[in-house]
Amino acid sequence: MLAAIGADSIETLFDEIPAELLAKGLVDVPDGLNEMAIARIMHQHAAGDGMPLCFIGAGAYEHHIPAAVWEIAGRGEFYSAYTPYQAEASQGSLQVLYEYQTMIASLTGMDATNASLYDGASGLAEAVLMAVRANRKSKSRRVLMPMTVHPAYRKVVQTLVRNQGVELVELDYSGSGNIEPEYLQRYNGEDFAALVIPQPNFFGVLEEVDALTDWAHANNMLAIGLVNPTALAVLSPPGEWGQHGADIAVGEGQPLGIPLSSGGPYFGFIACKQAHLRQLPGRIVGRTVDLDGRTGYTLTLQAREQHIRRAKATSNICSNQGLMVTAATIYMALVGVEGLARVAHACHANTHALVERLLQIEGVEQVFCSPYFHEVVLRIGQPVAEVLRALAVQDILGGYDLTADYPELGQALLVCATETRTVDDIERYAQNLERILSRRKEGPICSKLRPKEGTI
Amino acid sequence: MLIFEYSRPGRCNAAQSPGSTQAYADIPERFRRKQPPLLPAVSELDAVRHYTRLSQKNFSIDTHFYPLGSCTMKYNPRACHTLASLPALLSRHPQAPTASHGQGVLACLYDLQEILKSVTGMAGCSLTPAAGAQGEFAGVAMIRAYHDARGDTARREILVPDAAHGTNPATAVMCGYEAREIPTDEHGDVDLTALKEAVGPQTAGIMLTNPSTLGVFERQITAIAKIVHGVGGLLYYDGANLNAILGKVKPGAMGFDVVHLNLHKTFSTPHGGGGPGAGPVVVAERLLPFLPIPLVGYDGHEYRWLSEEDCPQSIGRLSAHAGNVGILLRAYIYARMLGAEGMERVADYATLNANYLMARLQEAGFSLAFPKRRATHEFIVSLKNEARDWGVTARDVGKRLLDYGFHAPTTYFPLLVPECLLIEPTETESKQTLDAFVEAMIAIRREAQESPELLTGAPYSMPVKRLDDVKAARELDLIWQPTA
Repeated sequence: MLAAIGADSIETLFDEIPAELLAKGLVDVPDGLNEMAIARIMHQHAAGDGMPLCFIGAGAYEHHIPAAVWEIAGRGEFYSAYTPYQAEASQGSLQVLYEYQTMIASLTGMDATNASLYDGASGLAEAVLMAVRANRKSKSRRVLMPMTVHPAYRKVVQTLVRNQGVELVELDYSGSGNIEPEYLQRYNGEDFAALVIPQPNFFGVLEEVDALTDWAHANNMLAIGLVNPTALAVLSPPGEWGQHGADIAVGEGQPLGIPLSSGGPYFGFIACKQAHLRQLPGRIVGRTVDLDGRTGYTLTLQAREQHIRRAKATSNICSNQGLMVTAATIYMALVGVEGLARVAHACHANTHALVERLLQIEGVEQVFCSPYFHEVVLRIGQPVAEVLRALAVQDILGGYDLTADYPELGQALLVCATETRTVDDIERYAQNLERILSRRKEGPICSKLRPKEGTI
Repeated sequence: MLIFEYSRPGRCNAAQSPGSTQAYADIPERFRRKQPPLLPAVSELDAVRHYTRLSQKNFSIDTHFYPLGSCTMKYNPRACHTLASLPALLSRHPQAPTASHGQGVLACLYDLQEILKSVTGMAGCSLTPAAGAQGEFAGVAMIRAYHDARGDTARREILVPDAAHGTNPATAVMCGYEAREIPTDEHGDVDLTALKEAVGPQTAGIMLTNPSTLGVFERQITAIAKIVHGVGGLLYYDGANLNAILGKVKPGAMGFDVVHLNLHKTFSTPHGGGGPGAGPVVVAERLLPFLPIPLVGYDGHEYRWLSEEDCPQSIGRLSAHAGNVGILLRAYIYARMLGAEGMERVADYATLNANYLMARLQEAGFSLAFPKRRATHEFIVSLKNEARDWGVTARDVGKRLLDYGFHAPTTYFPLLVPECLLIEPTETESKQTLDAFVEAMIAIRREAQESPELLTGAPYSMPVKRLDDVKAARELDLIWQPTA
């Protein structure tokens, strides 16, 4: 090969690099390992981290993933394929994306969607930027951001939008743990580009989405629905909120067949009404025909994107989360319309059972007496971090500590039980918590919205 | 056929559903969905067969050679996938306590931070950006935070060579800057005279890829660094092309202040049909306080996440948790398997393969964009003569290559070379594969001369023939609608 090049050594091929720039080896990088040796290391690390019993949600949810999902998504033809720029050689990935777009549009009740964003939090930032661009009735660069939105999401949005002069105005929550439509009246007539509406919100509580959407529209704002895709199997989709529906729907796709994996890779989904289609960031797949009139799929509307539009693109995003979307599409096909609804039912029922059981423990109380989906805020009357640590020693992850983000709630934590938790799991958690708190109380304080005996 | 067309009312996988079907007695009616979503109702076998068949309509690294310039499509070792997918790693909740249930994964991430610092010659590393473009955002946001922290707020421009990736100017704008293009000289280097005229008190920084997207090493990098630093600007290194110089040259030695790395390129994590990637950023001393969080810290006893309290000047968070951890673990495993010596071999063989392919294609009559230069890990062929003489374009040649069993090279990028093919073989391809590719290119060139319509009508052997992109954009069909 060197002879064909006309060089006498590989070093010669680097002769355009000024000699003073050349490194003297990678002294701090360890020596290479064979597969057996690295496997030993990784197995040790994995064993150390264990497989605890998890009651944490807070934006990432342990769901059952059908075996076939990653069997197929992990096939080399999907796993090691490039972005489908050469459409004729990528019809597999492209058709999957078209099916994905159909599923997400239907779940959210929207007209159009893209081929994914990085995750729910950065997706919300893209939705906020999109709303600022798309709102034709308001030139405002301010957006109303409720405190009932995931605290980490609010921080991410702040990071991603602040350099473009977009201001987030914080919106307080009521004693019911959601946005009080009455409270919004103080903003009547003020100029904002959009209102973010989480459903369910970070506390697991359901927001009055119809009233909020209508209020946003009455005040010339766009309504951005931040939604959980599992919940959408049973909760009304953003496209149907209020009289005209929300304008943009966005959320975290992880519940759709994506492993928890310490926080990623997940994927963000974003969908919108037809009117805002050209403001969508990222890749979009369209159906078309080939020279013989046969159906085929291709990336389309690329004039919005960075590789064509450069400085005027809707976003700098290019690589997104293609493989995660492939898995999510297969997940949605496997569980199907009936299965996803059942998963949602089971999550709700299990969380309900968990809360009922924990409320039997003295000192534990439910903070918000409002309808919820699959997460609930509990106050435990003792320092949360210490209690959670004691539970972790028993290999139980007891929930998300809310004291740093919401000190006003007192000693509160957010708990979740998905369809993967059993009656025995719940009992194990309760008995350990009971022992740790070591005192019981007579009965649950919050009973306003409890169903009749036997309905769950 | 679409998955929806296999649906039959009531069909459902009992094995994939929890048993519960009770109603939500306590969720008020007004919150509930009225119509079920349009999701498939198919059997498990229907779904498995459908998606397996779709997979077979794809090119992939496992099945085809991708000489795709600037994308570094190399083999993704299976160990990385298998070991990053150990059940305890996959099932770990992002909020699981790190002290009791996370020392393993954090140890891997900490070591990866150290390896990336060493490879780039930089002082600090954050793994959190989810892709190269998010890494770019983080990098430019750090440049801005640095200037702002010094009260130096009049800087409003980011300089970008005309050959740069489209993400560079798009990122500058997302960080509130204007992008100003700097021309390239006839040898593929940055035009120093133009650069000197462009810099000033308004310059926040410059974004460079080195080796550049023209497939050549920017020889004047030290002079560029001096000019930009001289006016108080910072240097941003787009790590898209790091594969060419892995272990050979450290961006830190070239004077760069911040670097993003595309782990899905240089560190061989899968492209997955368009992600997920990972775009860690590494920085010089002066940008350390601004790194995006969380970082992994280690006090000699315990690993933990460093967050707002530890890094008060951080540009903030980029994702709800800690970025694409599963991808970072793959990169870590890859880096450990290669080791220091393996990394240098990557650059050696990537460069050898590129120069070999370039020499053979030149010998076969193809024109090079920069015939007097060495190829780095990639090089550019310009088909402007073929286009002029025979009416075939770079796109046509790319499509015809599909019929020969090769993915097309990158076409029409960089924008300043007419009818260009940007070709990057990577280090994982054998001489036999490279020779077969050359033979295909020779055959296609002959076809272009003798029967150009063969090229303009290509491809013929794919699941579909050439697709109508204009129709796709004009008559938008983005979601399937059932025909009543």
